[in-house]
Amino acid sequence: MRARPVDGPFALTLTQNNTNRIYCLNRQAEQAGLSRGMSFADARAYCPGLITHPARPDLDARFLVVLRRWAARYCPSVGAEGMDGLTLDVTGATHLWGGEEAMLDDMRARAERAGLSLLVACSHSRGAAWALAHYGQEGGGLETLPVAALRLEGTMITSLERLGLRTIADLEATARAPLARRFGPQLLTRLDQAFGRAPEALAPEGDPPHYGVRLSFPDPIGLTGDVMNALERLLKPLCTKLKAQETGARCLVLTFRRVDQESQDVPLRLAAPMRDPERLLRLFERGVGEVEAGFGIDQMRLEATLVEPLPAEQLSTAQTRPGEDRLSDLITRIGTRIGLENIQRFLPSDSHIPERSFMTVPAAFNGTPSAPGSGWRRGQLRPLRLFPPVPILGTGSQPPNQFRWRRMAFRTFRAMGPERIAPEWWQDDENWRSGVRDYWKVDTREGQRLWLFYTPQNPGWFVQGEFA
Amino acid sequence: MRTGLFASFPLRSARVHEVSGPGSCAFAAIAAASAGGMVLWVREAWCPETVTPAGLAPFFDPDRLLLALTDNQTGSLAVAEEALRAGVIACVVIEISQPLGLREGRRLQLAAKAGHAAGLCITPEGMGSNAAESRWHAAPVFDPASGDSTLMRWEIKKNKTGTYGAWHVRWSSETHRLHVVSPVGERPGLAGAAG
Repeated sequence: MRARPVDGPFALTLTQNNTNRIYCLNRQAEQAGLSRGMSFADARAYCPGLITHPARPDLDARFLVVLRRWAARYCPSVGAEGMDGLTLDVTGATHLWGGEEAMLDDMRARAERAGLSLLVACSHSRGAAWALAHYGQEGGGLETLPVAALRLEGTMITSLERLGLRTIADLEATARAPLARRFGPQLLTRLDQAFGRAPEALAPEGDPPHYGVRLSFPDPIGLTGDVMNALERLLKPLCTKLKAQETGARCLVLTFRRVDQESQDVPLRLAAPMRDPERLLRLFERGVGEVEAGFGIDQMRLEATLVEPLPAEQLSTAQTRPGEDRLSDLITRIGTRIGLENIQRFLPSDSHIPERSFMTVPAAFNGTPSAPGSGWRRGQLRPLRLFPPVPILGTGSQPPNQFRWRRMAFRTFRAMGPERIAPEWWQDDENWRSGVRDYWKVDTREGQRLWLFYTPQNPGWFVQGEFA
Repeated sequence: MRTGLFASFPLRSARVHEVSGPGSCAFAAIAAASAGGMVLWVREAWCPETVTPAGLAPFFDPDRLLLALTDNQTGSLAVAEEALRAGVIACVVIEISQPLGLREGRRLQLAAKAGHAAGLCITPEGMGSNAAESRWHAAPVFDPASGDSTLMRWEIKKNKTGTYGAWHVRWSSETHRLHVVSPVGERPGLAGAAG
């Protein structure tokens, strides 16, 4: 919108409850008689020249966070107000801007320069400021505003208006007890909050912690030892910050900026959240060794791009943890070479299909299993090695007496079976298109014990595994 | 002093060993089971054959196994060296697809010594390295008597610190032990059982 100003009526639409409604609109659209919450079909009927665009509430929320950071220039406590507003507690800060009016003017001016139109108001209570910002007119006090300015629900506003209570002054003049009986405590609470008789707290939100540190050098450096020293100096404050927030880094990026403005990244993905500078330093060694220093590095920046909670732990004399720590260090080190997702562990999975009776999952993203040996079905004899089915010559539903596999001749001595396994129809698996399989465990006279299967629906024999 | 197979079988830790033959996978599983602790199984990602947890369960708990998939043999060796040196993995099994030189073998030995871990290379026939502490050949043997596990013939073909020999062994999944059995033909009362 700021990048591409529209002259005519413009609105953002959002699909809510299966209806396309107007989410936000500009002044020309308001003058054309449109309002927020109106259905899009009606709006187009009122105003055929309306230009619309689908709304993105997630981006709006992100922009509000940006605005909140900007608004912190006026006072330290800034909280979000609903989806589209900010509340500032400017108590004791206005004199820095030369009074309330001057501060509001400054806000308006700066926002206008950025292409934003703000509704701002300053008042003695949060409720009153909201009312004046949304419904206030030049020179009007709080009393003349409509009851909608009290942040009430739509149904309550309608019934108040039906009773003839249109402005806040009307409401103020009415006896409180019948109002409370009829509308509940919320109405009077809102009224009191607007007049400052009831307190209303502001919830200022802190910025999410930023895990980035950088170091610039007066002279470019290039030796590995120097870089590691600098990295150590970077890691210390970062780890202190991680510790203060009870988090651990999971992904780190170390960026080197060279004298010739080139920059190089050294990513480090860790198998477990960590905030120990010495261990991190050791894990960075391999990545740093591969950096091309060129004419020298004059800035280093270290950022933890992914952090995970890592609560403080009770130190104990029993050495239970070190093995686990060292294992995750090892996984990290190997992971920097072959990729963290290539280090896997087995997890049981509920399926009769041999290939799917287990899952291989990256070890780093699935912590150690809760109970050792849990979930592994015993009893059924399964081959130690499994390979893609290899067709062999054979006819009939009984295992062949002789067959060749991997250029070796085998004679069947004993066959145990069949164990029929049907394909899982709810999962489309190409390998199981041939229908059900009758598995046989075949002991050969050559010694090997193989896992053969026969597909009755598409007659054929295959070898799929080898027992140990 | 133990004699026979058990003088050299639970493979000496802090050394790298080699095994070849059709029964080498079972050999590796049994070696890993007797090593205790975590097991890392390094293989190249393109290889479609895989060990299954259900097949490993009679030997050791599949949760103790970590699987590393590498791009090529250089990657496998690097991962194995790192893992051996770290000292948290008790047994590293490496599936080898190309001949190992003396240098690679020696590096693995040094890493195993530093981390006090046992390494086991599953090699195709004749692709081992001279640096290996011991070299085994494992092959399944036909056994007319039925059993849950395969009867195997293990032969030690190279041993830096002991004698050579060949044994018929069978893993007992109930007792989690390796039993040395006498060769099939010499067992009493077998003539009637064959068929």
